[in-house]
Amino acid sequence: MASPALFPALLRLGDDRLVLGHRTSEWCGHAPILEEDIALANISLDLIGQANLLLQYAGEVEGAGRDQDALAFSRDAMEYRNALLCELPKGDFGVTIARHFFHGLFSVLQWQALSSSKDATVAGIAAKALKESKYHVRHAGEWVIRLGDGTEESHRRAQAAVDQLWPYTGELFMQPTDEAELVADGLVADVSALEGPWRAQVDDVLRRATLTVPETAWMQRGGRVGVHTEHLGHLLAEMQSVARAHPGAQW
Amino acid sequence: MTTQTPVADDAARLAAFEARIAADESIEPKDWMPERYRSQLIRMMSQHAHSEVVGMLPEGNWITRAPSLRRKMILLAKVQDEGGHGLYIYCGTETLGVDRQELVQQLLDGKAKYSSIFNYPTLSWADIGAIGWLVDGAAIVNQTMLAKASYGPYARAMVRICKEENFHKKQGYEFMVTLARGTPAQKAMAQESLNRWWWPSLMMFGPHDADSPNSDELKKWGVKRKSNDELRQRFVNLTIAQVKAIDLTVPDPDLRYDEASGDWITGPIDWDEFWRVVKGHGPCNSERLGARRKAHDEGRWVRDAAMAYAEKQQRNNRETTERQQ
Repeated sequence: MASPALFPALLRLGDDRLVLGHRTSEWCGHAPILEEDIALANISLDLIGQANLLLQYAGEVEGAGRDQDALAFSRDAMEYRNALLCELPKGDFGVTIARHFFHGLFSVLQWQALSSSKDATVAGIAAKALKESKYHVRHAGEWVIRLGDGTEESHRRAQAAVDQLWPYTGELFMQPTDEAELVADGLVADVSALEGPWRAQVDDVLRRATLTVPETAWMQRGGRVGVHTEHLGHLLAEMQSVARAHPGAQW
Repeated sequence: MTTQTPVADDAARLAAFEARIAADESIEPKDWMPERYRSQLIRMMSQHAHSEVVGMLPEGNWITRAPSLRRKMILLAKVQDEGGHGLYIYCGTETLGVDRQELVQQLLDGKAKYSSIFNYPTLSWADIGAIGWLVDGAAIVNQTMLAKASYGPYARAMVRICKEENFHKKQGYEFMVTLARGTPAQKAMAQESLNRWWWPSLMMFGPHDADSPNSDELKKWGVKRKSNDELRQRFVNLTIAQVKAIDLTVPDPDLRYDEASGDWITGPIDWDEFWRVVKGHGPCNSERLGARRKAHDEGRWVRDAAMAYAEKQQRNNRETTERQQ
């Protein structure tokens, strides 16, 4: 029997993918080339597929009769637990790519750790998601290098994207206090342990992209406990508009 | 090589070409073909590719508002398929000696056509079901015929695309069944959407045979195997049965069943509306093209970066090789 204590951890996992998948889907039909329209739709689909499994399981462990749709479409912003990084507006292609690189790399490390979770469902989802996230990182990493080491304009834009997003990366590695026992029991990953390997790979790719890591005095935080940026409210207003206009309807 | 004069040579080649068409042989990229056959195919195939790409916009409009995760995933997968079809058909068109960039530029310059249906707006969530059911449904009727087209690369692309389109159509109809059997508000949403999409869907088959300028030639060369009116009738017959099964109605007071032929006969199609939209005055013509141009303009720096990076890599590789020699 799964522990109800897993609920907030599963929301954090699921909400990251739902919100980032949503942002990515905003590109559909508007990407720089047709190949990227297809790739971004595919990444978005993977992320929302992961969210679907994670939120479904979150509903099960909560045991309050909420399914994945109830969790996705009936929670307010304060009840969302995604990292702030995921909810920032999609920005230009440089911002989208830098975010996928940062979050995708975090995800690969997180899924690797979670694939040996003592919770079999979590381990199963992680094993499937790991394959997808590896592809996302490869796709984003190649673009980071192309943009960084492409033209003067693309270098400037890529560096601006890194600078803008960097203060939101720290939150990914802040271990929520209510997960301490879950980590000790081997059910979820200790995200603070992932920062070292993440940073080593980020440094390597940014160096090859001729980009630099900015100096940051403060890492933004709040998403993991429900205190978000102004952007999430708008995102949810759009995402939930049809579902909330028809309470109880089946789709 | 032949020693015949060019004119006699062409006449002989044309006769041989037409004999192959008559024998239902497939024409392949390296085969000789009349210039007119080539240009008609480029026109048709690129219009088809453009339609797939522009068609991502009206459906993309609702991805962020899909009311369940399952529907959101289905819609994303569908729009992704459409992008894939566009890419696939652009590549097929390139086998005729034209380059994709040139075709895309024609679209952006407003010189190339795409299916007029995408110049109508998606105003409610039900429109996503209606498009899958009616628009993909109409497209399949057309494309099933094109899967037997005389030009091999197009025919093969259509075989693959039809499989996916069939899946979209089934999902679209299942979507409408769910709404029609749902709450009164959901059923009303489905009916309102069907009312708006019915006539534009019938127009997708193009003008009546008597008014279709390209049809005869395309039929002669085995590119099209059936006329616009034949295909439209087939679609109407298939669809009316489905409309009745879910207790909705089509907005056509003149619709009647003809016992003798077994066909459902519709009232007159508003061809003024059809030509108005074709000529650029549909509700979304300028918006759709505007969105494509905006994406193209805003993406220029990305494409330039990819090109510059690839050139740098090539230069580096060359220099490395030279040093090693």
